[in-house]
Amino acid sequence: MPALINVPAKAKRGDIIEIRTLTSHIMETGFRHTADGRLVPRDIITSFTCRYNGTEIFRADLFPAIAANPYLSFFTVAKESGKFEFEWMGDNGYCSTASASITVE
Amino acid sequence: MPTTRRQFLSLAGGVTVAGTIPIVTLRPLEATPAMLTTAIRNVVGEAPIRTGRVKLDIPPLVENGNTVPMTVSVASPMTAADYVKSIHVFNEKNPQPNIGNFYLNPASGRAQVSTRIRLADTQKVVAIARLSDDTFWQVMADIVVTLAACTEEMN
Repeated sequence: MPALINVPAKAKRGDIIEIRTLTSHIMETGFRHTADGRLVPRDIITSFTCRYNGTEIFRADLFPAIAANPYLSFFTVAKESGKFEFEWMGDNGYCSTASASITVE
Repeated sequence: MPTTRRQFLSLAGGVTVAGTIPIVTLRPLEATPAMLTTAIRNVVGEAPIRTGRVKLDIPPLVENGNTVPMTVSVASPMTAADYVKSIHVFNEKNPQPNIGNFYLNPASGRAQVSTRIRLADTQKVVAIARLSDDTFWQVMADIVVTLAACTEEMN
């Protein structure tokens, strides 16, 4: 399971809803050394985007100071039924996506 | 002339100091406050930064710097005319001064973001919000960290 998404299944039109995402990633800082002194190369997620029916509603730039398995929570106004799409991009061509549906009444 | 204990120790101390200084100067591992200021100016430019409107919820004492929960919220109506464009979070003493940039818009409804961060040392965390009228507001928090993150050895 690469990502856990928490979006309410139903909402009233105009409600402010919280979206919570958790994805599995080592977020290696690039500042750590092995016991024999070699530098461990950086391997992090650098950007996160959330789209609501195709429109970007939230974006984040992440740095090595974000903890492993990045957790993000943010808000949006429930406007219409549809789909949230999530995308994580990172070092070494890392890309992961997820989606969630919502019914707005 | 026989070497006294005092002479020997001062010589040994001198060698140690001479041996360690170049390593320290070649590789400054902690972001200095100058790096913090530069990182903030890269985002803010020359604009003045006012204190207030931003709230930073973070524990004042953390045992494990590897995962520190943090919530930033900004007092804003989040309407098309008055909203928060972005929130930027910085640290003072990690190897790198940036923590995260978060981009919002009027459709966010509430200007609040939560995540979990790493802190390499006891230090300040700064959160800056950019509003739709391009004013900047900040808040600072001091956090005591007992177990550092970021640079520990791999096992």
